[in-house]
Amino acid sequence: MKDNNVIEIKDLNKWYGDFHVLKDINLEVKKGEIIVVCGPSGSGKSTLIRCINYLEQFQEGTIVVDGIQVMDDIKKIKALREDVAMVFQHFNLFPHLTIVDNLTLSPIWVKKQPKKDAIATAMKFLDRVGIAEQADKYPNQLSGGQQQRVAIARSLCKNPSIMLFDEPTSALDPEMVSEVLDVMIELAKEGRTMICVTHEMGFAKKVADRVIFMDAGQIVEENTPEEFFGNPESDRLKTFLDQILSH
Amino acid sequence: MAVYELKQTLEAPSSTKGMIHWLKDNLFSTPINTLLTLSGVALLFYIIPPFLNWAVFDADFVGSTREQCTSGGACWVFIHAKIDMFMYGFYPAAEVWRLKTALALILVIVAIFKFFKSNKIRFSILTLYFIISYILISGGYFGLEHVPTEKWGGLMLTVVVATVGIIFSFPIGIIVAFGRQSDLPIIKSVCVTYVELIRGVPLITILFMSSIVLPLFFPEGVTFDKLLRALIGLTFFQAAYVAENIRGGLQSIPSGQYEAADAIGLSYWQKMILVILPQALKVAIPNLVGAFISLFQDTTLVLIIGLFDLLAMVRIAAADSYWLGMETEGYVFVTAIFWAFCYGMSRYSNKLEKQFNTNLK
Repeated sequence: MKDNNVIEIKDLNKWYGDFHVLKDINLEVKKGEIIVVCGPSGSGKSTLIRCINYLEQFQEGTIVVDGIQVMDDIKKIKALREDVAMVFQHFNLFPHLTIVDNLTLSPIWVKKQPKKDAIATAMKFLDRVGIAEQADKYPNQLSGGQQQRVAIARSLCKNPSIMLFDEPTSALDPEMVSEVLDVMIELAKEGRTMICVTHEMGFAKKVADRVIFMDAGQIVEENTPEEFFGNPESDRLKTFLDQILSH
Repeated sequence: MAVYELKQTLEAPSSTKGMIHWLKDNLFSTPINTLLTLSGVALLFYIIPPFLNWAVFDADFVGSTREQCTSGGACWVFIHAKIDMFMYGFYPAAEVWRLKTALALILVIVAIFKFFKSNKIRFSILTLYFIISYILISGGYFGLEHVPTEKWGGLMLTVVVATVGIIFSFPIGIIVAFGRQSDLPIIKSVCVTYVELIRGVPLITILFMSSIVLPLFFPEGVTFDKLLRALIGLTFFQAAYVAENIRGGLQSIPSGQYEAADAIGLSYWQKMILVILPQALKVAIPNLVGAFISLFQDTTLVLIIGLFDLLAMVRIAAADSYWLGMETEGYVFVTAIFWAFCYGMSRYSNKLEKQFNTNLK
């Protein structure tokens, strides 16, 4: 593994049954890099980032994250997930727990932190995403945008060095997208490594170091945001950009 | 182009509110509905007054002998005279205070639960309670005379069987439900086989098996308490149904919950117990309580293997030559008790559902 790389994906292939969903993916991510992955639905972008924290298993290739290569070893999966956080499209907050309990669940049970400390940390992060006053409510009492900000705060609680975002704004009403993007932009400025699957091109232009375009299970084009949007090379990317930017 | 002002919110028209409107809407909305309403009222009119006459107005409540029943209605004196039998079966009269103490302790626990909110402490208190009440009921320790299970009976036996069945079938059911969802093929097939096997057999068969067939496999001289065998049979029977109800709850949990729990680093058991199970149980409450209510009613089947529960006691009490022919009073009484218990459980389930409802707006 090269010095600066936190994620190295080599010759990754994955099938769902007979369906070849990821084809020969090669990707290196440097520490602190912000990467945006986009592409049409069904192109394998979510599957790719879900492979990184081992929510999906793959058949061929290797993924090394922070020096950890999983290979079906449960202890290693645990170590990997301590360091890699994930934010989901549908938030996936635990509806039976209050907001603050959602945040402290992992610190208390996995990291065995004292409850007091866990709550203090949780409140700090809730404050950062601007919803400390909702701490004792239940997830279903919050709006979509607030829930997603709670989900981000939850993933921050274990102080991960890598954050994965799986279409974090796709399930939100339009007026709530910006409150979530604002939080993500703040995070991007802190030097955490981030991989975001998103169609928010404004976000990509603003903070991404690299933008990756995936189609039909493979990486088609990869470039700096300026080149990616200003000077797309492949026809498939041109068509895609036309479709999403034409309105 | 135009700009419109915000409108005021107005009250709903009065024709959509009130008693008359409700009646019109619900009872007399169509000719068929009207007909059904009227025949329903007629039927109630036909049934209720005669029953009330028998059970209340023409009934005899006070006294202790059959001769005091002269009014022609129900003779509740019978219940009064046999109440100890209905409640405690053949439990020695001198030792009944032990049952009463065990019962009174429940009230004490309800009272002190107000001061102990921690689940750990509550669990310890309950465990302690069950140990104490076992010692009280069964005896044999601390100078308490041992009362063999053959003498247990009546409502007390019904409650003991139902409580033990519910308490032990619940955890077994949870584990079997997890097992059925497991990725490990052996665990999964064992659990599936267990559930399908038990559900394919009537409870009576299982009780017979546990009381008659099972002892054949024991070496000679080894005896197993009859009640204990019935309890084991009933518990494993009930566990299969509990497992299926919980599985229904588990299936309603979206996969995102599992993924989120994985992603924050919880282990399998942490994920299942802290995240999945609480949500699954909440969904399963109505069905679980339904299963427990039918367990409570199924306890009457222990009669078949020679244990005398509340219902069996009616038959024995009415077989007394002095009280011959008093079955009706006995069965109405038992019906009322069963109804009270089951209705209580059903209300409790409603309360739990409200308590666990976190889909607040």
